[in-house]
Amino acid sequence: MNKKNHTSLIHISKRREVSLGRRWGIRALAIILAFVLSAVVTMIITGLNPIEVYATMLKGAFGTPRKMWTLGQEIAILLCVSLALTPAFRMRFWNLGGEGQVLIGGLACAASMILLGDKIPNALLILIMTVTSIAAGALWAVIPAIFKAKWGTNETLFTLMMNYVATQLVAYYIIVWEVPRGSGKIGIINQNTQAGWFPQIGNFKYLLNILIVLVLTFVVYVYMKRSKQGYEISVVGESTNTARYVGIKVERVIIRTLLLSGAICGLTGLLLVGSTNHTITTTISGGRGFTAVMVAWLANFNPIAMIFSSFLLVFFSQGAGEISTAFGLNQSYADIMMGIVLFFIIGSEFFINYKLHLRKNTGKEGA
Amino acid sequence: MFDLVSFIPRAVAQGIPLLFGSTGETITEKSGNLNLGIPGVMYVGAICGVIGAFLYEQNATNFVPLLGVLIPTAAALVGSLLMGLLYCFLTVTLRANQNVTGLALTTFGVGFGNFFGGSLMKLTGSEVPSIALTSTSNCFRTALPFADKLGWVGTVFFSYGFLAYVAIILAVIASFVLKRTRTGLSLRAVGENPATADAAGINITRYKYMATCLGCMTAGLGGLYYVMDYANGVWSNDAFGDRGWLAIALVIFTIWRPAVGIFASMLFGGLYILYLYIPSGMNLSVKEIYKMFPYIVTIIVLILSSMRNKKENQPPASLGLPYFREDR
Repeated sequence: MNKKNHTSLIHISKRREVSLGRRWGIRALAIILAFVLSAVVTMIITGLNPIEVYATMLKGAFGTPRKMWTLGQEIAILLCVSLALTPAFRMRFWNLGGEGQVLIGGLACAASMILLGDKIPNALLILIMTVTSIAAGALWAVIPAIFKAKWGTNETLFTLMMNYVATQLVAYYIIVWEVPRGSGKIGIINQNTQAGWFPQIGNFKYLLNILIVLVLTFVVYVYMKRSKQGYEISVVGESTNTARYVGIKVERVIIRTLLLSGAICGLTGLLLVGSTNHTITTTISGGRGFTAVMVAWLANFNPIAMIFSSFLLVFFSQGAGEISTAFGLNQSYADIMMGIVLFFIIGSEFFINYKLHLRKNTGKEGA
Repeated sequence: MFDLVSFIPRAVAQGIPLLFGSTGETITEKSGNLNLGIPGVMYVGAICGVIGAFLYEQNATNFVPLLGVLIPTAAALVGSLLMGLLYCFLTVTLRANQNVTGLALTTFGVGFGNFFGGSLMKLTGSEVPSIALTSTSNCFRTALPFADKLGWVGTVFFSYGFLAYVAIILAVIASFVLKRTRTGLSLRAVGENPATADAAGINITRYKYMATCLGCMTAGLGGLYYVMDYANGVWSNDAFGDRGWLAIALVIFTIWRPAVGIFASMLFGGLYILYLYIPSGMNLSVKEIYKMFPYIVTIIVLILSSMRNKKENQPPASLGLPYFREDR
């Protein structure tokens, strides 16, 4: 230690309160920087000028009514998973098992459609699909929750592993039910009878999903902000000791919250299988269980703000998808762009929560 | 009859990428960083190796085997180091949430790998139909010359490319450093209780950076081994699959002990391909159930270690938590 009076040039302190304007100002700046950087990267790879890059992205997201509906649908599904994870995250329970919970919900839905299709009235079938999907998702989430509540088993790793168990389970049933034999996929379920297909509102295929998720957003918002249970969740998240002290049964809150979290994931699976795709694959969740973690976190776990954060991520991925299609690039281009945006926003949180003080080396310190 | 002599080498070959990944992740987690970006890092390591080898094979007039090995290895190390630095910058310097950063890193890394894997030929404007790095792969796959002459002993123990032995050596070194050296002790202190470690004069930031970056570089070699040795130098998108997550599972399975990882990785590798060896007749579906084994076994270990609640079998106490000195 040769420098006894060494103090770092930059001193960091936590900000007490951050005004809403400042918070969103910093985030907007991060997003703009991300846009600039991704445009530069795109320029280098494709040789487009930046204006064209943005134009292509906008075209990819809003170019045709069909693309806009797809955008809406993608936002709705991603938002739905994010809503599912929110109560758990608020409680500092890292549910990284969204992927598996969505899959297992979708599997339950597909199973009902295949096994009961045409045998019972359609309304009853849809009811059964809804109940089984939600129950399956809830079950998948509550298993790690029980172990967390009773023995403190690490939930991050447990839920993560559950994803792959679910994936293999789906892979198993795909082979059991594959149509035609040996194709390795299920194909459209009940193609002719459309048994168990969700009704379509007018000519808009995705409208029902979007409406369901919008209602759900509002419900989750109210649940988190206005209900006693929502309050208990945030107390447990702040400090389990405080929660115990005020008489909250922490174990019960953990299990109850994860039942809810898994149930909404199961609902997402239902929407994906029953309403959108009418089939199931092992990749039907498409990484949304993980993307949703970031969506929820970016929005500070505020359901209303999640509409924007999921819009942002879906916009980027659809836009980058358009660029890759237009230039014959690989579809994974979208993932790279998404990564860049995420890194910028993740980094920007620091400047929201902390303040940098530049120390002037006037010789005053260390005296 | 179960053919053990053909089973073991394949299990080992499956296990080596997992061993690299889990050794790297163990070192990282010992510093309190739960790096969920490891799957992405392994992809980046693999693709950087591929890019290095591809450019060398395309441009070199006469192929020098030594350079053919060194260039991809260096490229893989640099690529995964950059990923590690990015993760550290965000989580340590900027104190971002580790789970979110890790997942973003995985999204980015897997995308990066698949993007360049799919577009490398188009971007470099070369005429080859697919990326098949045969000469590079042959260098990586060169086994010890006497392996053939030793019968089954040779097949089981000496038939692997040099990276397989590197993986084992690295695991042994990691195990030794963690358990028996002052550096290892300090590193474990950082992961267990950074505030105490800080008070004892340990530079938390430096340890976290070093451990995470070294961990990422180790994991990156796993990706390199996979593509150059296991996959014969042929890149195909998403072929690496979920091995990165399996590596993270392995960390838990070994209860944070790299030396145990040597055998555990081979066990996992075996479980991963067990379905190929179990006679299931015409019923293909059962194979998918067998593929669940590694994950279920991991879950059971996770549960049992938390139930028994022995102090030495727990995850590092501050795993996943950021450290900010002024926060106390």
